[in-house]
Amino acid sequence: MSAISGGLPAADTPIARKESVRTSLWALALRRLLQNKLAMAGGIVVALMFAICFIGPLFSPYTDNKIHMALMNKPPNWKHWLGTDALGRDVLTRVMQAGRISLTVGLASMVLSVFLGSLLGAIAGYYRGIADQIIMRIGDLLLTVPSLPLLFILGALLSEWKVPPEDRMYIVMLLLSFVNWPGIARMVRGEVLSLREREFMQAATVLGLSARRKLFRHLLPNLVPLLIVIASLNIGGAVLSESVLSFFGLGVMPPTPTWGNMIDAANNLIDFQQRPWLWIPPGFCIFATVIAVNLFGDGLRDVLDPKQKR
Amino acid sequence: MSEPLLDIRRLKKYFPIKSGLLNRTVGQVKAVDDISITIRPGETFGLVGESGSGKSTVGRTAIRLTDKTEGEVAFKGVDLYALPPQELRKLRPKLQLIFQDPYSSLNPRVRVGDAIGEALLEHGLASKDEVRDRVLDVLSLCGLSSYHIDRFPHEFSGGQRQRIGIARALVLNPELIVADEPVSALDVSIQAQIINLFRRLQETNGLTYLFISHDLSVVEHLCSRVGVMYLGSMAETASRDDLFREPLHPYTKALLSAVPIPIPKLKRERIVLKGDIPNPANPPSGCKFHTRCPFAVARCAEERPEFRHVGGERYVACHLV
Repeated sequence: MSAISGGLPAADTPIARKESVRTSLWALALRRLLQNKLAMAGGIVVALMFAICFIGPLFSPYTDNKIHMALMNKPPNWKHWLGTDALGRDVLTRVMQAGRISLTVGLASMVLSVFLGSLLGAIAGYYRGIADQIIMRIGDLLLTVPSLPLLFILGALLSEWKVPPEDRMYIVMLLLSFVNWPGIARMVRGEVLSLREREFMQAATVLGLSARRKLFRHLLPNLVPLLIVIASLNIGGAVLSESVLSFFGLGVMPPTPTWGNMIDAANNLIDFQQRPWLWIPPGFCIFATVIAVNLFGDGLRDVLDPKQKR
Repeated sequence: MSEPLLDIRRLKKYFPIKSGLLNRTVGQVKAVDDISITIRPGETFGLVGESGSGKSTVGRTAIRLTDKTEGEVAFKGVDLYALPPQELRKLRPKLQLIFQDPYSSLNPRVRVGDAIGEALLEHGLASKDEVRDRVLDVLSLCGLSSYHIDRFPHEFSGGQRQRIGIARALVLNPELIVADEPVSALDVSIQAQIINLFRRLQETNGLTYLFISHDLSVVEHLCSRVGVMYLGSMAETASRDDLFREPLHPYTKALLSAVPIPIPKLKRERIVLKGDIPNPANPPSGCKFHTRCPFAVARCAEERPEFRHVGGERYVACHLV
């Protein structure tokens, strides 16, 4: 090729030589995300929530399940910042411990359902045909059943089968991913369907690139923004679902604390009216986490997924 | 006559129309209906026709980017549609396509240098050390600068992007380039640059083009032979000089009479076609053009005209010629 001389005169002006602007789409997206105040506030709250829940208990003089009969139902004071519960356990420590469980369940079930959903959705969208039909019909079937009753039934079955309480946390993660993957698979399939028809994918075929290279170099990087957005929005939903399940006594079982079963423990008139320190802190944590995650996710979507923009 | 580089024989491409609950095929769009083109090495074959006449589909089926319905395509005597996928993939660098839309044909997340160089690596046409030099060479050949190599497609204008697309095809040293309206998305000054680049590359590299366009003046400037398509069929093929001097098919006449000429005082007969191009899912009987043809006779509606040899390099599908 170098033997060929000639060609067009290059547009080589001194101004255009400013070679510091190597802006990938990722760098551009990050810059715009940093400018979105609401999303950044959400991101900071989520980060704080994680930090407090995972590091906080290390500094607490109490443990989550140390029972103290002399300290039952004490309102907030200098020794117990958020008071104590009916068994004399420190509420602040328990809220932080519960956060560990709730956030872990939320994060893990998000990872699992995004993995499952995007894998199945990508297979369905890329290979079409029978695989598409089978995967999407199973997904449709799951989507037609309202997820909450389905979770209730599955949760009740678990109680019936006498699953040890320590293992329930992992089973709740599986349950949540099981009901969440079809929605994700649909979105991913739609995106893959539109991406594979794009001209740059055809160009990859014309260039004779291997299927692996087409998939991993050209298709997947264009799918990542959507996955990030789905994942971030999914955490909030998963945290909420776990809390709902635990509140109804079908999720993670006491004494392991979660935000949901802490509220459930305060689910009587006297606690509700006279001991707000038992249910406000976990309730606020659920509220703050879900709102913050969604704000951050919305910000990410605005930045990464231009199609969804107003 | 030398051995043809690309021999398209009786090519047909029908797209099924599906509808209803069971996705049954209720009809077919005959995008390409029995087309034969022979392209010799080193020539530029222009394919013209209005929107929806099936030009692009011919281009894409000619390099097996989409599957055919019927017919044969032979590249240097090798039947493209008989090749197993791996063999076809190895042959791909020889047959390149330049896309019409410079925006959607570049992956937004791949740097220009990678986009141009990756196929070289994939096919083992260059070692890792050589790739950068090869890419730089082809960039400068296409009028782009060396510092563009690390940039992303969104940092370029439409004309620059089209040149990146051309560079991506050229770096593989192809023998045939199917150019699918490569300049229609560009403004006129850039068009001229790109077309001159095409010409120069043909002189230096002996490239062969299948040049698809609806711009007759571009085709006249660039092509040695021209085929005129109407509704999935070939109306007329001829050498450029013959076609532009004396068009035989009424459709070609109408097309040429619509080309503006830069002499205001010169009056000439203008053939204005009535109506739109008919629905390709339900083409007219007989000669597909008879519904809009100013010279149509009764026979045209009944009998489909054969694509006949009428001397020299001319072929025409018309009863009246």
